[in-house]
Amino acid sequence: MRVTRRYRFAASHRLHSAAFSEDANRELYGKCSNPYGHGHDYVLDVTATGPVDSSSGQVVHVPTLDRLVSEQVLRDFDHRYFNADLAEFKTLVPTSENIIRVIEDRLNARWSEAFPGEWPRLEGIRLRETKRNVFELKS
Amino acid sequence: MLITRRAEFSASHVCAQPALSAERNRELYGAAANPSGHGHNYVLEVTLEGEPDPVTGMVFDLKTLKELIQQSVLDPMDHRFLNHEVPPFDQLVPTTENVAVEIWKRLEPHFDAGRARLNNVRLYETDDLYVDYGGEAR
Repeated sequence: MRVTRRYRFAASHRLHSAAFSEDANRELYGKCSNPYGHGHDYVLDVTATGPVDSSSGQVVHVPTLDRLVSEQVLRDFDHRYFNADLAEFKTLVPTSENIIRVIEDRLNARWSEAFPGEWPRLEGIRLRETKRNVFELKS
Repeated sequence: MLITRRAEFSASHVCAQPALSAERNRELYGAAANPSGHGHNYVLEVTLEGEPDPVTGMVFDLKTLKELIQQSVLDPMDHRFLNHEVPPFDQLVPTTENVAVEIWKRLEPHFDAGRARLNNVRLYETDDLYVDYGGEAR
C-alpha cells in the first residue's frame, strides 16, 4: 500500500548556467533567466510504500515522515533563494528536475535513520512547480 | 484503460488500540487518538481497469459504479462514527490504510466477472494525506 503526504514550500530560483553565454541562457531558459530570480509556491508529494502494520493499522508513522521532510527539505528550502542559499545549487541549475533529485537525495540520506525497519520505503516524489508544471520521480 | 469515479463521505473515527496506554496511543496516532473522536470529509476515488466494450464504448457503466459505491461504502459509512457503527472498526483501528482496505474488500467482489477489474482505491483523509490500495499484500 502507498501513503502520500503533501507538503508546501515557497522559494525562488533563477535558471542560468555559467556554461552558456547570456544570450544562450536567455534562449534556453527565457524569463526564468531574469537576473534577480523569481519564485513559486511548490507543492511536494512524498509517497511511502509498505505493508499495513497489523497492530497499528499504519503503513508509515506520518509524524515521523513529517519530521524527516521538515528537517531535510522544508527547513532549508522554504522562503529561500535556491541559487544563493543552498549549497547544492551553487553549481547546479535549480530546475525542478534538479530540485526533485536533490530532495530525493536529502530524504534518502536519513530515511533509514527515521525508519530503521525494512518498511516503509520511499516510493516516489512529485514536485509541482506551478499548476501546469509537475515533475515525478520513482525511487 | 483506467476509469475513475470519485465519491465523498463524511465520518468520524478515533485511532487508538485498547491494549495500549493513552501515552503510547498519542505517540502513534497523535491528535487522532483523542478519545471522543473527530471527523473528516473523505474523498474516495475508485479506479477500474478494462477495455471498452466495442458496442457500448464503455469499460463499465459509471451509473452502475456510482450505485455500487453508494450501496457498499456511502450508505454504511457516510455520517457515521466508524468505530461504533461500521464493523470491522469495532475491532480494527480505522486508520486511512485500514478504511481503504475495507472499501476494497467491499467493492472487489462486484468485479469478479465481466470486463472491468478493480484496479485501485484511493482514499483522501485530507487534501494533504491519501492512500492508494490495489489489493496487494503490502
